[in-house]
Amino acid sequence: MITIDSLTRTYGAFTAVDDISFTAEPGRVTGFLGPNGAGKSTTMRVLVGLTDPTAGGATILGRRFADLPNPGREVGVLLDASAQHAGRTGREILVIAQRTMGLPASSVDAMLERVSLTPEEAGRRVRNYSLGMRQRLGIATALIGDPEVLILDEPANGLDPAGIRWMRDLLREFADQGGTVLLSSHLLHEIEVIADDIVVIGNGRIVAQGTKQELLAAGGTLARSDDPAGLAEVMTIAGLRPTVGADRAVLVEAELATVGRLAFEAGIPLTELRAADGAGLEEMFLALTAETQRDHIDHIDRIDGTEGAAA
Amino acid sequence: MSTTTLTAPTGTTVTRTRERAVPASIPTRRIVGVELRKMFNTRSGFWLMASIGIAALLATIATLVFAPNDELTQEAFSAAIGFPMAVILPMVAILSVSSEWSQRSGLTTFTLVPRRGRVITAKLIATVLVAVVSMLVAGAIGALGNIVGSSIAGVDTVWDLTFQDFALIVLANVLGMLAGFMLGVVLRNSSAAIVGYFVISGLLPTLFMVLSDAQQWFRDLWPWIDFNYAQGALFEGSPSAAEWAHLGVTGLIWLVIPMALGLRFLLRSEIK
Repeated sequence: MITIDSLTRTYGAFTAVDDISFTAEPGRVTGFLGPNGAGKSTTMRVLVGLTDPTAGGATILGRRFADLPNPGREVGVLLDASAQHAGRTGREILVIAQRTMGLPASSVDAMLERVSLTPEEAGRRVRNYSLGMRQRLGIATALIGDPEVLILDEPANGLDPAGIRWMRDLLREFADQGGTVLLSSHLLHEIEVIADDIVVIGNGRIVAQGTKQELLAAGGTLARSDDPAGLAEVMTIAGLRPTVGADRAVLVEAELATVGRLAFEAGIPLTELRAADGAGLEEMFLALTAETQRDHIDHIDRIDGTEGAAA
Repeated sequence: MSTTTLTAPTGTTVTRTRERAVPASIPTRRIVGVELRKMFNTRSGFWLMASIGIAALLATIATLVFAPNDELTQEAFSAAIGFPMAVILPMVAILSVSSEWSQRSGLTTFTLVPRRGRVITAKLIATVLVAVVSMLVAGAIGALGNIVGSSIAGVDTVWDLTFQDFALIVLANVLGMLAGFMLGVVLRNSSAAIVGYFVISGLLPTLFMVLSDAQQWFRDLWPWIDFNYAQGALFEGSPSAAEWAHLGVTGLIWLVIPMALGLRFLLRSEIK
């Protein structure tokens, strides 16, 4: 059980995490979804005491992480698989975790086998590991203490399709045995296939949370037109709360007929009009992602403009 | 954009929390053991530790080969071995702290032991242990060199190093290692801390010397400011009360105060 309560973290004028609250329940996989830079990693770092919150806080199994007497035995953490001493062998990294937690020496070999690292690979220095091997080693470090909570930041990064499947099965089994899993990802599909509950974060705020079924079933209407901004404006005037998604889509909580009539009255031709059918989550997520991408494109435009002027 | 917030119905959650006892707290002895292991189990750490033995051996051989027969004394061997020690030991101390940040292994270290003060204390204990043990090893190699050297040269073996002399040399090396440890804590970056060590152990003493030559007023102040100068007394037998006072004051300025400030920041800083 993980509880995040009104957590805020600011860096000067920038608010990385803005008053977020959610819980991750035992027996369930909670997916923490958001584009890069949305505040996922900051939230997870605060959760395990590596970053101090500006306001609010978080507890794991009812206690602050720093108050856990032997955290590795209760909470398995993998924040960044590459954050390891490059000159240490995989086995030694696992031995350090095993010794710190006070586990029998035999647990190291058992865990290496569980994450499919061969003795030869385990004897190599981490400098020579692929990202996928580092993720496996990181998972081994998280699991070696037989914890009841797992906190994983982008664990599927660098894994091949078989590895992703393996990770998914492992997390499913862990949750089915009563464990709590919180994992983050910036890929909607990845979260969709594994999570029971989903928390979506964008620009430091939670924009949606609920069970996967609820979020995917979230109704409403999707309308596409060549003038999405105009369409959204018409809807806003009509007292609706539209969201402009990617690819000229506008999402709104309203009947199909209402949206059709509004567009007709405003003289905006629609190219598509249908029930959102779970497209809500995807469109919302694309919209979140598009915001950061637009910044990127603007930046490129500026560079091009400058070069043009110089020539 | 609009915010969609849906709350999870609590009825759907399977609450089957595993019945488990809260584990016992991690004993400090275990953390010290782990930190000692971490000093040896990286490639750089291993060779740094090995270089202590290698340097002691090379220095002993060099003394055997190059020193004139009447200078084959225990003190000559100790001095020869002491020089590389004084460089290597602080590096060991620096890396034990700074690599957690430079190599980012701190992410794991401080999630396994979230009370950072406990980790730093364990590192400090491990550092002092390494300093004392390597000085004992170096002393033994030197003593062996002294016996071999004098028997090859056919002169009497001279034991001119008292227990007190040796203890003072060990103390000097522990202080040097603590200076490295302090830099690791304050800078939390391996390259910066290593450069920093050579600045305070090499560059600053030279500057102080130049300054005291040029400025009369500084000459009296010098021993109260220069940590290296104050440590010099430890290599020359029994320090006087004034020399101990110099050591205390400079140690406060260069070791205790920066370490305290560095620790304050280290305990509260964000680990990325």
